[in-house]
Amino acid sequence: MIAEFFQFNYTLTIVMAGAFILGISSGLLSSFAVLRQQSLLGDVISHAAFPGIAIAFLIMMTKDPLGLFFGAMVSGWIGTLFVNAIVRFTTLSYDAAFGIILSVFFGLGIVLLSYIQRVPSSEKAGLNSFLFGSASTMLYQDVITMALFSLIIILFIFLFWKEFKLLSFDPNFMSSLGFPVHKLNLLLTTLLVISIVIGLQMVGVVLMSAMVIAPAAAARQWTSHLGTMVLLSGFFGLLSGVIGTLFSNFIPHISTGPMIVVIVSFFVVVSLLFAPHRGLIWNWIQNYYYRSNIRANSMLVNMLLFSESQTDPYHCHQLSALTAIGRGPALRAMKELQRQQYVRNPEADLWGFTKRGYQKAQHLQATLFKDDHGY
Amino acid sequence: MGIEQLYIIILACIVAASCSLCGVFLILRRLALISDAISHSVLLGIVIAFFFVHDLNSPILILGATLTGVLMVYLTELLISSKRLKKDASIGLVFPLFFSISILLINLFAHDIHLDQDSVLLGEIAFTPFRLFSLWGLNLGPVSLWVMGVILLLNIAFVAAFYKELKLSTFDSGLATMLGFFPTFIHYALMSVVSITAVGAFESVGAILVVALMVVPPATAYLLSHRLSHMIALSLLFGILASLLGYLMAFLLDVSIAGSMAVMTGILFFLAFIFSPSQGILIKFLLYHKQRLLFSANMLLIQLLDHEGTHTEQTENTVSNLVIHMQWSYSFANKVVTYALQHGFVNRSNDFLTLTSLGREKARHVSVMDS
Repeated sequence: MIAEFFQFNYTLTIVMAGAFILGISSGLLSSFAVLRQQSLLGDVISHAAFPGIAIAFLIMMTKDPLGLFFGAMVSGWIGTLFVNAIVRFTTLSYDAAFGIILSVFFGLGIVLLSYIQRVPSSEKAGLNSFLFGSASTMLYQDVITMALFSLIIILFIFLFWKEFKLLSFDPNFMSSLGFPVHKLNLLLTTLLVISIVIGLQMVGVVLMSAMVIAPAAAARQWTSHLGTMVLLSGFFGLLSGVIGTLFSNFIPHISTGPMIVVIVSFFVVVSLLFAPHRGLIWNWIQNYYYRSNIRANSMLVNMLLFSESQTDPYHCHQLSALTAIGRGPALRAMKELQRQQYVRNPEADLWGFTKRGYQKAQHLQATLFKDDHGY
Repeated sequence: MGIEQLYIIILACIVAASCSLCGVFLILRRLALISDAISHSVLLGIVIAFFFVHDLNSPILILGATLTGVLMVYLTELLISSKRLKKDASIGLVFPLFFSISILLINLFAHDIHLDQDSVLLGEIAFTPFRLFSLWGLNLGPVSLWVMGVILLLNIAFVAAFYKELKLSTFDSGLATMLGFFPTFIHYALMSVVSITAVGAFESVGAILVVALMVVPPATAYLLSHRLSHMIALSLLFGILASLLGYLMAFLLDVSIAGSMAVMTGILFFLAFIFSPSQGILIKFLLYHKQRLLFSANMLLIQLLDHEGTHTEQTENTVSNLVIHMQWSYSFANKVVTYALQHGFVNRSNDFLTLTSLGREKARHVSVMDS
């Protein structure tokens, strides 16, 4: 089984190369889409590209990858233009414009597809695979086309790095510096269209949108540095592309697109939970630590208050008395303080300062009350 | 026309009416893409429920689907409120995962049954007449017609019963909370109704074309009216019109019915986009040109008034000077002068222009208003 798994034949090599390219290009671009809050534009573009594939096929009557890519690109691009026109000329929101273009273009694609089914052509089979993606139908020339386009994307990101960075974070400042914001915006959208079109054959039009959101959503949790984020998201993209393709290649009947999306979503969930600083579990642990610290500190201050009524500051008090003026579980705070050797527990229910604890309490009172009362 | 075709047309109209009814509130609440997310997520509920009951016509399927639709909305909102991701990314992450899981489940366990992945996307309204509903030996017509009819009634009942609550929480959620109308409850009730409708429509038109019927007719109505009641009526009208025209198109060209319906909603939207009397680009284009002409005519009058009786009058107050001074084209300058002549503001002798008394008065009025 394992030997079979690693026996890389010709088809598998091609498919893996495709997954690799798809993952990198969509991963890189997804950072910009997510940061600019345009993630759902990817959904629109991928659906809007669908009729373009059908029209390109109807014109050429072959499945030449370059032609199909070109058709998908033009149609996806027209879709974004329509979105902009709707938002600009009417009071409808982006949300509605997205919904309109996405569904109507897809409907047109379905109409054309059902028309193509009636056209006598030996090549029409496999056009359906653009819906959910199919790694097994990939050919050598498909991968070459994908590689070509993804090189263009990488080149442009490299050349316009500074501009795209500024565009993602502060387009207003950018326009005040005299940059042609509108043109750069168009360039970035075009690159997004290209990266989506690259993935259509493998992931399919329905789920390609996830590939331009998820890698960046995962990467964002690990870093707050754009360069790191873009690289990391490219890495997540290619990793999920490769793993997803492997799975779909070895488990029968599995579509490639959904498998890749499940893998990339897994990366998002893991990142949301476990990433340092932003991860939810990291936050819970940090909150727990802060809370027990505050509890322990306020217990020390309360004990100091008690000890002021005694001549001996190290006099021991009953826990119930301390519970009465404090808040929260007193015993847990005491145990924590005892662990840090701030308090001692000579008898069952009696607690008092150690020397270290007394000093700490005085220090706390001095600093805390200073903050509270402003002197 | 056979009874089969009639069944399909009636079903298409009912689907379109239900979708465009709840879609109105999605558009107004700027939740249009939630319909996309819901229509994808309900499949997971259908698939999981199918594994339990092994019957594609069971009402349990609708229940399961509705639950996953609402669960998806809840998870998305949870993700937004965790502040780790923005709203758009949160929406875009949850539903593809739900959809992927359901496609994988179909691939793995149900690849030999009728629930295949193409019908999920494309729907199969053309098969409607073949699954008939019979009770005590009586033929009562197609099952999906009954299911969808109940869903339409539910939609109507929901909107009628909560009309005022829906209206208030849609337009002023803060005030609705203050008056004790529980907008969150209304929100989730709406999401449930959308999910139920999506499940019902799903079988007929597929996951993505549900979006067309939910979003496009209400958006078209929104371009024509900003009154809620009118918008609902128009939206129903456009939904039904699109399904009738869509069926016609599919019949004539022999193509997908659901796809044609979506294309028709798009064409109706495009027509409204151009010809809407309040928001259409045609009216905006005309208004723009009219305003430009009016403004330019005022400029002309002020120019004539400024130079009237000065020694440069002979050179300044000429049509050719307008071309140089105002940077107008010859044809536009002529258009402006013609407009002024028609309204009796100026007199023209060859190139030279003089104000009439009416024009002088108008020019003074305009320049006072300007200062």
